[in-house]
This record gives sequence, C-alpha cells and structure tokens, in this order.
Amino acid sequence: MTEGHIVLDGVHKSFGAKHVLNGVSLAVPKGHSLVVIGGSGTGKSVMLKCILGILRPDSGSIRVAGDEVVGLRGKARDAYLARFGMLFQGAALFDSLSVWENVAFGLIQGRHMARPKARDIAIEKLRQVGLGPEVGALFPAELSGGMQKRVGLARAIAADPEIIFFDEPTTGLDPIMADVINNLIVDCVKRLGATTISITHDMASARKIADDVAMIHKGQIIWQGPANTIDSSGNAFVDQFIHGRADGPIVMDVLKP
Amino acid sequence: MNILAHIGRASLSLLEEVGRVTLFLKDALVQGLTPKIFLRQILIQMMRIGYFSLPVVGLTAFFTGGALALQIYLGSSRFNAESLVASIVALGITRELGPVLAGLMVAGRVGASIAAELGTMRVTEQIDALVTLATNPFKYLVGPRIIAAVVTLPLLVGIADTIGIMGGYIVGTRSLGFNGYAYIRNTADFLEIDDVTSGLIKAAVFGFIIAVMGCYHGFNSRGGAQGVGRATTNAVVSSAILILAANFALTSLLFAD
Repeated sequence: MTEGHIVLDGVHKSFGAKHVLNGVSLAVPKGHSLVVIGGSGTGKSVMLKCILGILRPDSGSIRVAGDEVVGLRGKARDAYLARFGMLFQGAALFDSLSVWENVAFGLIQGRHMARPKARDIAIEKLRQVGLGPEVGALFPAELSGGMQKRVGLARAIAADPEIIFFDEPTTGLDPIMADVINNLIVDCVKRLGATTISITHDMASARKIADDVAMIHKGQIIWQGPANTIDSSGNAFVDQFIHGRADGPIVMDVLKP
Repeated sequence: MNILAHIGRASLSLLEEVGRVTLFLKDALVQGLTPKIFLRQILIQMMRIGYFSLPVVGLTAFFTGGALALQIYLGSSRFNAESLVASIVALGITRELGPVLAGLMVAGRVGASIAAELGTMRVTEQIDALVTLATNPFKYLVGPRIIAAVVTLPLLVGIADTIGIMGGYIVGTRSLGFNGYAYIRNTADFLEIDDVTSGLIKAAVFGFIIAVMGCYHGFNSRGGAQGVGRATTNAVVSSAILILAANFALTSLLFAD
C-alpha cells in the first residue's frame, strides 16, 4: 500500500492543561484535496501549524512524502517549508509591501530570484486569480477583503508549491465572492496538481473543493471519507455539523438563557 | 500565609519572564545575527531607527545642554568657579546625558513602534506567513532591527553630544556672558577622547536593549488590539528601566579606574 503524501500519526499537542490535539491520525494521498471540518476551537488551526512546524507536537509523527518532519531545523526546515504554500484566514499580507512584492516574497527572499523576474511571475499569478497588473502597485490596505484573499491565494501559489494549506478561505466573504474564491482554489490546485488541506466550517465551500472530508472534534479525527459520502456518513456528529443543528451529540459550552 | 504566596507568585513570574527573554535573546543572536543577512531590511531600519529619530534626539540634546549650562553657572558662581561651565557641560553631555537621554527618547519612539509593528504582524499571522514563505522571522525581522539600532544609536549620540555642547555654548555666550572663543577652548582642552567613546559604547548597548525588548514584546503579543497595546507599553517601560540599570552598570565599569 502506498503511503499518503501527508500522514499524521497520533499527533498530540497541549497548551498547559489544555489538550488541543488528542492523537490526530490522518492521511492525504498525493494530489488530493482534503477538507477538515469542525467547530471553532477544535484544533484545526493547531493541526496545520504542527504540520508546518510553527508549533511542535508533544508526541506523534508527521510524515510528508515519506519523510519524518517533526523537529526539522535550519536548512532542512527551510527546504521543507519551500514546498508549502498557505492562504491565511485574514490573508496575512505584509502591509509594508506592495501587492506584487507580497506575491513575489517567497521567490525573492526564499529562492533568491531577481526582482524583475519575480515581478513578472507575480503579475502572472495575479492574473490567474483575476487581478490586473495595475493591482500589483497597490498596498494591501487599499484592497477589499475579497481582493486581499485573492492576493493571498496568488502568494500561496507563487512558488508552485506541492502542498497548499487553506485556513478558512471563505470566512468573512459574501457568498458570491466565497464561490469565486472556491473556483479559484479548485482551478489553481488542478493546474499545480498540488496536495491540499483546507480547514473550514463553510459547508458550501467544503463540498466544492473537497475530494475527501475529515471531521475533527475535541482534537481527534472522528470521521473521514470521500466528499460525496458526507450526506450518508451515518455519523451523528457529522450530520449535526453539516446541517448546522444546535441539538445533537456536539454540545456547545453555551449557558441556556 | 497569603503574603508569602503573593511574593512567591511574583518572584516566579519574574523568573519566568527572565527565562523567556533569555530564550528569545538566544534565538535573536543565533538565528537573527547569522547569515543570511537581509541588507535591504537593515538599511530600511537604519533610516527608521536612526535618521528619523534625529529631530527628537537633537532637540532633547539642545535644550538639555542649555539647561545644564544655566544650572552649572548658578551652582559654580557661588564659589567663583564659573570658568568650569564649559568643561562640565561637555563632560555631563558626553558621558551621561547624551547617551541616556537619547536612549530614553529612542526607546519611546522606536521601541514602541517596533513592538507595535511586530505585535500587529503577530496577531494578523504575518509572522506565521513569513515562515510559510521559507523566511526565518528572526533573520528577516529581529536581526536587521538589532543591527540597525546598535549601529545608529552611537551615531545619534555623537550628533546629540555635538548639539548638546552647542546648546551650552549658545546659552553660555548669549546669556551668561562667556567669550565664545574661550568657551570652545575650555571645552576642547578638558574633553578627552575616553569621555566621548564611553558614551558611544553606552549608546550601542542601549540600542541593543531597545531593539531586543521591542522585538521580544512584539513577537509575544497576544489577543488583538489590546495585546498589541500592552506589548507597546511593556517594550517602552522595560527598555527604559534596562537602559537606566545598564547605564549605572556601564558607568561603574567604564570609569572604574
């Protein structure tokens, strides 16, 4: 059996007494798009940060293309991170740099590409997300939320990464712009043939971009399956989540009025 | 019992903070000040930290030099030692007031802005975004700020010394009736090169303190606007106190013999 491109095995992470990840195990085959769904505070973002090495798991194994990546340092870590692209929830554009410099950042700083060449690539990536070359000269603060997300997407794909993470790509956008972003994600991923993990609680977005869906609850993956089987999962947690019901096995910490 | 618990908690949290700063310092030195060096970032920071602090530091030095001349004249005229004004102004400015006041003014101006900028980058995930673009935040953000502050603070203090002595000269010749030639003569004869260099060494240390505390508090800010505000305050207060403490230590060290 071939191992997945990204494999998590029993990953634990605690902050003090708070156990955020309680043994997450997960496998994403090469070129697949996995969407991780789950409520706020269930450990979705922490999981991505563990894979990226921004946070170090307390125990467990994370393998990418067969290589153990927990605890990488120095040059090996830089080389590892160069294979990633990530679209952040708030786009996380560098506000001191112009739009094209943002998109070209990984090329110029990470790969030492000459500025004029990196600029051409940045303009081309902006075109791929539906933004004209004139946008390149603007600063992030001058853009709307939807445009910032698209610039963030252009930056994530600029270095043609083999793995892309999307952290709540549609949160805070109107439904039409959300669908535009979803289409762009599907297009870009198809063009690059990248393996992707997205985290979201927007089911419309999940249905559109997922090959597989995994649900995380209390720091564990409680269900994983192909996207088209999500409506017949037979899992009460998944059913409650995808239909957005307040009553069910998932109990929110909300005091009843 | 309660009092002991309070003292214990306070001491523990102080030690914890010292430990965290030490670990940050280690990363700042080992990762931030080793290749690769971001020359462009260093130059940008030198402009911000050094050049744009010139007006504030210059005005501070000018008025301090003037006030110092007045005070010393009042004091020394009580035992007919007015001729000491020029030399004491020069010594006071170069050894003590130039570096300390410039350090405190820059701590307020630059320490605050470093903490606010990095703090905002932290809470908007821009620092995480740097990592995903294969750029070490310690090399890209912390290192250039430390280098720029350590290089430009002595330059600023050199200029502050000159302007401060000039402030004393203007007050001395215009309102205290000194002969201009004699005043300069007195300054030049009494001032030794060690007086100036000891002040410049202090300035470099103060620059280091300002940059490290600004970066530390910015990097560790949490929780949105309020967290960034708290980081800014802490950066200014902690660097001001450390500057005054370091000044005392350096003075006893540099003038020990």
